[in-house]
Amino acid sequence: MRTIIFRTIAPYLTALMVLFSIFVLLRGHNAPGGGFIGGLIAASAIAIYGIACGVTAVRHALVFTPTAISGFGLFLSAASGLPSLLLGVPFLTGLWWTPHVFGAEIPVATPVVFDIGVYFVVVGAISAIALTLEEKER
Amino acid sequence: MAMPGTVDLARALVLAPTPLADYLVIAPVMVTVLAGAVLVMLRNFPRLQPLIAIAAMAALVANNALLLARVAVSGPITMTMGRWLPPFGISFSADVLGATFALAASVVALAVAVYAMRDVPEGLRRYGFYPCLTLMMTGVCGAFLTGDIFNLYVWFEVLLIASFGLIVLGNSREQLDGAIRYAILNLLATTLFLVAIGYLYGVAGTLNMADLVDRIRGLGEAAPINTIAALFILAFAMKAAAFPLHFWLPASYHTPAISAAALFAGLLTKVGVYALLRVLVMLMPAQRAVFGDVILWVAIVTMIGAGLGAIAQSDLRRMLGYFVISGIGAMLAGIALGSQLGLAGAAFYAVHSMIVSAALYLGAGVAGRIGGSFDLRETGGLYAVAPALAAIVLVLVLAVGGLPPFSGFWPKVLITEAALQAGRWWLAAAVLLSGFLTTIAGGRAFGMAFWRGGAAGTPDGAEALPRPLPAAEMLGLTLPVAFLAALAILIGLFPDPLMSLTDGAALGLLDPAAYIRSVFGGGP
Repeated sequence: MRTIIFRTIAPYLTALMVLFSIFVLLRGHNAPGGGFIGGLIAASAIAIYGIACGVTAVRHALVFTPTAISGFGLFLSAASGLPSLLLGVPFLTGLWWTPHVFGAEIPVATPVVFDIGVYFVVVGAISAIALTLEEKER
Repeated sequence: MAMPGTVDLARALVLAPTPLADYLVIAPVMVTVLAGAVLVMLRNFPRLQPLIAIAAMAALVANNALLLARVAVSGPITMTMGRWLPPFGISFSADVLGATFALAASVVALAVAVYAMRDVPEGLRRYGFYPCLTLMMTGVCGAFLTGDIFNLYVWFEVLLIASFGLIVLGNSREQLDGAIRYAILNLLATTLFLVAIGYLYGVAGTLNMADLVDRIRGLGEAAPINTIAALFILAFAMKAAAFPLHFWLPASYHTPAISAAALFAGLLTKVGVYALLRVLVMLMPAQRAVFGDVILWVAIVTMIGAGLGAIAQSDLRRMLGYFVISGIGAMLAGIALGSQLGLAGAAFYAVHSMIVSAALYLGAGVAGRIGGSFDLRETGGLYAVAPALAAIVLVLVLAVGGLPPFSGFWPKVLITEAALQAGRWWLAAAVLLSGFLTTIAGGRAFGMAFWRGGAAGTPDGAEALPRPLPAAEMLGLTLPVAFLAALAILIGLFPDPLMSLTDGAALGLLDPAAYIRSVFGGGP
């Protein structure tokens, strides 16, 4: 698989796919998409980079280990239920804020935080599996 | 009716403010998930891991104690996630049964977490002992506290996945072998459970347990509810390791690290018993009566078969596995009788079994570490080396055999009395016989490992004795066992508080009106 064409194109492909995965993640709030599918796209981007450039390069690029990333996602998802505690509503109630930043309305919500958590869990878990499999192949 | 153009939120959402105390019912899951997530992130800091896990388990114990106190005083409490009205939102409902089990489980987990500081080496900590322990407690507490039957399945999966992580820790050939048997049987059981839930949803149209109580009673003869009940019994009996579906337990529980085995023996089979109590007794009382005799015979064969199996073992850990199964038989007997006394006995037995089974595994771990082997033929002379440990293990052996004044005595009294009240003297005889067999097996193992002068074939005397462990290691390993053994003595000497709790739990199962009211509101 390590042809020069693939190795040249893989970094750009990976960057595009990660960008697309974030788009899918954010789009998922009101339209098809979301954290799970976004995470899968990002994990496949990471897998492609691993196939083209080797697992060591991917681990270096990720900075954190994949399991730590999924742990962070789990933390984020669980913590997204905590603001409910302060407002006296049941756990995991969807709460909204719409601050105005430079004149634009930017809705911030706990379901989005939850979904970002799911995104990280999926990215971490799937890329951990993918990288392990790619390591074993050699 | 809502005005046109406006939405009547009261028809979809819980609008009353949620008191902070209601968070007690969800806090066990929150605390363990958050701590588990932090532990996964800090995987490369093995020295930090036990401290975080122990702090989380201590918080869990405190929280569950508060929850139990509140539930015992003012009745079941419910919180429905995401503010949706039940039965559409997923409810967490704690009643006396769930809260008692959750407290006992968290106490055992705390003791295991402390024990593992000395038992699980740093290398294995890196592979995630503490994250798996913490996340397994998420599953266990979630299963005990959820009020939604599909959610119960989800927590089963959570604890199962975490337990897979614990059972393969160390990666030896034997462990993978044990793990595969454990995984396949348990996955089969959860799949059956899921199938049964699917059928139940098909006929009843709801998954909320409080809602299901009335719906199932209203279904009558038309629905295949007996078949569904049979599927549930099969799935949970497999989980609880009842005869003839028990064989995965002795085939796998002796393989993982002893801390993990103690956790499994203490908690996992009891989750199966809990599910049986909740689903069969509370949701399907008519079907429990239909299958009562089947469960009764399963209980008897489980008790006697496991007692005989325990006597036949030469590996200490395998023998303890049979003790766990024998206890499951006694709990099933209580469920089969179905009277308040029988159910209270089953719940009491479950609490006793959580504490004593886990403690026995931990104690056996120390004994195996000193003696260098878990094989009874190769150990001996431990009494001379570790007299304190011998005393603790003797207490536990007598407790698991059901002798007074220890914790195992009272549930056996309750179940025997319930059997005699129902006119089933042969069940009472079977309960007593199983206690007798367990005592023989335990006494035999104790005599061989502790009182005999040395391993089989060696002469009595000092030259054949094993070497004692370093004092700090010995203390760190023995303290958690001593703590659990002290609980067993305390429950044995002062059974009244626990007895009134389990009595309340049994009453709550037989008459779930208060449980339903806590979910759907309405006057008392």
